[in-house]
Amino acid sequence: MMTNLLLFPIIIPFFFAMILMLFPKKIYAQRVGALLALGSTLIASVTLLYKVKTDGIQAITLGSWPAPFGISMVSDMLSILLVLSSTVIAIFVVWYSFSSIGKARESFFYYPGILFMLTGVNGAFTTGDIFNMFVFFEVLLMSSYLLIVLGGEKVQLRESIKYILVNVISSALFVITVAYLYSVVGTLNMADISVKIAQINQPGIITVIAVLFLLVFGLKGAIFPLFFWLPSSYAAPPIPVLALFGALLTKVGVYAIMRTYTLFFTLDQSFTHELLMILSILTIVAGCIGALAYFDVKKIIIYNIIIAVGVILFGASQMNEASLMGSVFYLIHDILIKGALFLLIGVIIAITGTSDLRKMGGLIRSYPMLGWTYLIAAFGLAGIPPLSGFVGKLLIVQGGFEAENLWGSIFILASSLVVLLSVMRIFIYAFWGEPVEITLLTKKHYRGLFTPALVLVGISVLYGVGSEWLVPYMNDAANVMINPSQYIQAVLGGS
Amino acid sequence: MEIVMCFVIGFLFMAAVYLMLSKSLLRIIIGTGLLSHGAHLLILTMGGLDGSSPPVVSPGVTDYADPLPQALILTAIVISFGVTAFFLVLAYRSYQELGTDNMNLMRGTEDDD
Repeated sequence: MMTNLLLFPIIIPFFFAMILMLFPKKIYAQRVGALLALGSTLIASVTLLYKVKTDGIQAITLGSWPAPFGISMVSDMLSILLVLSSTVIAIFVVWYSFSSIGKARESFFYYPGILFMLTGVNGAFTTGDIFNMFVFFEVLLMSSYLLIVLGGEKVQLRESIKYILVNVISSALFVITVAYLYSVVGTLNMADISVKIAQINQPGIITVIAVLFLLVFGLKGAIFPLFFWLPSSYAAPPIPVLALFGALLTKVGVYAIMRTYTLFFTLDQSFTHELLMILSILTIVAGCIGALAYFDVKKIIIYNIIIAVGVILFGASQMNEASLMGSVFYLIHDILIKGALFLLIGVIIAITGTSDLRKMGGLIRSYPMLGWTYLIAAFGLAGIPPLSGFVGKLLIVQGGFEAENLWGSIFILASSLVVLLSVMRIFIYAFWGEPVEITLLTKKHYRGLFTPALVLVGISVLYGVGSEWLVPYMNDAANVMINPSQYIQAVLGGS
Repeated sequence: MEIVMCFVIGFLFMAAVYLMLSKSLLRIIIGTGLLSHGAHLLILTMGGLDGSSPPVVSPGVTDYADPLPQALILTAIVISFGVTAFFLVLAYRSYQELGTDNMNLMRGTEDDD
């Protein structure tokens, strides 16, 4: 029973999603069911976090097959932290959806879609088998196809075609890459692959496969030359879906890059990790340009996703303890704060009825609370000290200096200023200035939209203030990435 | 034998890329079909084409084909089948709603005008 604990965050949402598909029209039952599912997933994840903290890495191989032959599921500190934060985001998105998504969507498999997506996300974070990771990617992508097109507005149809096409191509590329890797090492278990690659001492073909993996996961995670699909696709769906995508989907690609680059491809770092570093810096630059170029609030935050992906991957490419720990800190921070920011701009869009900054103004008079909450979230995103973005970026920059990548670290620091400028522009345009005509929301509707965003910003503030308390967890997560032998030991064990 | 298969797969990828760069949505979907055929054949080839009998345990046989790539292909086939079905219905819906299947006319964002 307890050895199967690490499967619970995958099975619970899956199970509830199946049940909820039976009665799509009963909206209240759908809402209660979705909350129940996410609540029990949260409990399971917290229990699992506690277990991983006390007993070390949890690993089982399904069906009692010995390790490289069955499918292994592995929960180390990195993956359980990500599972926990995805579940938290899903809870807030569902809560926010109650008052924003509308009955038509709710009665058409909206909540099962979210739960299936969480199944895929949690599975991709937990799996220890490369082909199983492909399958979980497809689970989350298939549900994201549903969520992005649900409602069938013209812009959704138009953009989801591109989104699906890009993901079909990257999935085919994933299959191709797995085929190459299988022909070289002859195994699919990630721990076993790591051992085999170390044995053959990473010949050129493995480096080629490393770059192919970077292409595959870079397409999912929107790194520099491969991010072109993301801005317009993410602008199409309604706000709660956008918050879910923005907070989770690219992070799965980022996690996969971090996992493969710290577990598999560690022997030719002067090429692979150098390439990753250059691409991540270019990603930051591209994101910064986009974040400043638009007057559309959605687009500004969407380009901030791309910047954050660059920052996290820069930390991952440095491969020292400080930078990896910083990456994990920043990854969790970014999941929380992007969720919060998307929910907040969702409230702003609901009030003003537009996403164009030039048509907004003076909101601080009618909605002061919203304004100050947004300001705190904006400062948190930029990394102003007591708030959540600070520690992660500090550690990443420190790691960059330790690895003597002076320019990369300077780019990170400069990008923070651009991030701050881009989100402050929203504050200045929307909250200051001449008040414009707005439709006052009803108290109940406003509270339903604003409370989840407020609580999520509160959590991100706690995350920043309590970072001292989180250090042992982050330390464990970084440790596994630095010493993959722990991971291999946990999976292949004494066998 | 593997060399021949590699050329065939390369040709499939070439055709897929060519079709996916075209304007008509239906040609793009045909391209994704060819791409997944290529990927599936590649798994089979990369698993090795040796082994004389199918991977079903039967008495007196010792030389089996590698069963793992076949299981991977089976998984990948049903997944790409599901995605293709969704994609085709989406193409149909967007043809109804947008009145075009020309990808060039599906460009732009709301704030361009």
